[in-house]
Amino acid sequence: MAQTLLQVEDLHTQFFTSRGVVRAVDGVTFHVDAGETLGVVGESGCGKTITALSILRLVPDPGRITSGRILFRGKDVTKMTDEEIRDFRGNDVAMIFQDPMTSLNPVTKVGMQIEEAMTAHERFTEKVARPRVIELLKRVRVPAAESRVKDYPHQFSGGMRQRAMIAMGLSNEPDLLIADEPTTALDVTVQAQIIQLMKQLNRELNTAMMLITHNMALVASLCQRIIVMYAGRIVEEGPVEQIFRSPQHPYTWSLLRSVPRVDEARKDRLVSIKGMPPDLSHPPPGCKFHPRCPFVIDKCKVDPEPQLEEVGVDQVARCWVLMRNVKEESTEVAKQSALSKEAAEKLKAPVGELGAGEVGAGEVGRGAGG
Amino acid sequence: MAVIAGRPKRGALLPKQFAAVTDSRLGSLGVYVLRRVLWMIPVVFFVIVITFSLMHLASGSPWDKAGGRQLSQVVIDNLNRKYGLNRPIYEQFALYVWNVLHFDFGLSYQYQGKTVVELIGGGWPYTATIGVLAFALIVPFGIGLGVIAALRQNSRVDYATMGFATFAASFPNFVIGALMIVFFSVLMYKWTGGEFFLPAGGWGVDDHLVMPAVTLALLPIAYTARLTRASTLEVIRQDYVRTAWAKGLSERLVVVRHVLKNALIPVVTTLGPTFAFLVTGSVIVEQVFSIPGIGRAFVQAVNSRDYPMILGTTVLFSLVIAVANLIVDILYVFIDPRVRLT
Repeated sequence: MAQTLLQVEDLHTQFFTSRGVVRAVDGVTFHVDAGETLGVVGESGCGKTITALSILRLVPDPGRITSGRILFRGKDVTKMTDEEIRDFRGNDVAMIFQDPMTSLNPVTKVGMQIEEAMTAHERFTEKVARPRVIELLKRVRVPAAESRVKDYPHQFSGGMRQRAMIAMGLSNEPDLLIADEPTTALDVTVQAQIIQLMKQLNRELNTAMMLITHNMALVASLCQRIIVMYAGRIVEEGPVEQIFRSPQHPYTWSLLRSVPRVDEARKDRLVSIKGMPPDLSHPPPGCKFHPRCPFVIDKCKVDPEPQLEEVGVDQVARCWVLMRNVKEESTEVAKQSALSKEAAEKLKAPVGELGAGEVGAGEVGRGAGG
Repeated sequence: MAVIAGRPKRGALLPKQFAAVTDSRLGSLGVYVLRRVLWMIPVVFFVIVITFSLMHLASGSPWDKAGGRQLSQVVIDNLNRKYGLNRPIYEQFALYVWNVLHFDFGLSYQYQGKTVVELIGGGWPYTATIGVLAFALIVPFGIGLGVIAALRQNSRVDYATMGFATFAASFPNFVIGALMIVFFSVLMYKWTGGEFFLPAGGWGVDDHLVMPAVTLALLPIAYTARLTRASTLEVIRQDYVRTAWAKGLSERLVVVRHVLKNALIPVVTTLGPTFAFLVTGSVIVEQVFSIPGIGRAFVQAVNSRDYPMILGTTVLFSLVIAVANLIVDILYVFIDPRVRLT
């Protein structure tokens, strides 16, 4: 059993807006072991990024961590002093942000931005940090690293900026690297390179990784364990293979079914998840997924909502129904398939293109909108 | 402006032997400055054309007297002949431009026997001193208050600062000037028994500079503080500032290196024209504090149709504005790497 690095317990992060309290993260509990790669998946707006920002205590206004504990090596992040949290950020836990185009300071040299990530902490002096910047850029395969350190971000391409962000994240050899959709802004070939790179770094440095994404292909290739989030809650958690083979929560099942596959003869059309994630300031009663769930029963529509229950070895799910109790050919599924078939025929050309174009990327989030 | 990136450097159009000069960053800066300075010549020329036309289009003549008794026609004719005003307008214009090329800005009509250069040279030092002092107040106070207000958004400090800014921006400076005289000169004199007070006007000792400089600076301080606050608030929400926090930088480094460097770019833009506005003087401040500056002289010149004086001061003001803008454009290169000199 590996050592637990990060233990998040009953985390609540809320945004106090004029329209009411938005419960962006609502009672999330999970852990990350040393050296492991954890995938966090879900549609946009289900609390993945806010969970990550909460770990670094970087929740933007008007948001606040209202309760819960975030234990890193046993020390509670939520109770750290300003100086402790400063030294914790980037040193123990580093984060790579979503958009490489806006995440680098446009008026500071790229090399400097990586260097200061190191000199902010005691481990590297300026003398050591400077040559190390070039070393890091070489490691993330930025060509001509020696001269590139003096460039400004606008002289870098999107892929190179993302590499620079990764170099920055790795500069202090953190125990945990949180990567928030590190490949969404990049084209498919660059995506593949970045994934290779992260895989390699995880192996070489034994850095634990928390990979936030809606890209199921990325999860399958990188992660050992997976957390599925919906409406600020964890709805399913377990080993990757097991979840891909037998998802128990209908939401996980839907996410996986909306991914196009190339390795199997396709029996039916891609299924999208109907509707949108709920408004987190006024979530529905009972199971938060019930308005969109194809297997909904009356019990799902009223409080109390289901709790996470053991559904397999190391696998938990938050559902009254569970997929193992549902026959694939149940009426609702047939209905939904028929519905989407109908819709697909109406929009034949675009759907065909979408299917073909998405094979490589396999983005789940699109399924919801489509 | 100099923000068009991607265009070939102008230096590329020069003959090859200049390559060594234009290739270096400072070399191309030198060429740029030279070109901008040369551009000021047509700018000043058009300023003269416009001022000259407007001046002569305005009704009235330099020899009109306020009140009843006017000069006799013979005297007026003689004066016109003396100052060349009897000649056709295009001849007058050509002559003026020719004289300006020889740095001769003519004789004032209002102060007989004094040249415009003498008058400006006599008055501008007072105006410029007050202006530079006011500017020296604006940079730290305007920017400082704006940044503090932004960093403590919606706190009491923020409300107090913005309240002050609104107050300073909405009071006309003759009211502020007069209130300051009442308080710092009259009442302070009374309360301290003449021990401590500020002179209500005039020139001579350092004490004379305090109230005019503060009065002149208040409005631009308010304006700069508001702009800095807005700009800082926008930058604080940028992704790269979040990146800076996530690296574990101290608040000081995040603010100085990542927030301020970006937030001050629009502020610097406005500081150029502000500087030009300050050193060209304020009639009101000079009037309230009895300062023999050029701002007053300019207004008097306009009222009495003192043509050479109007033109002389206008040319000076346009040069000051052009130089201030040039300095801002050069500063841009050093604060924003995305800006190229073209």
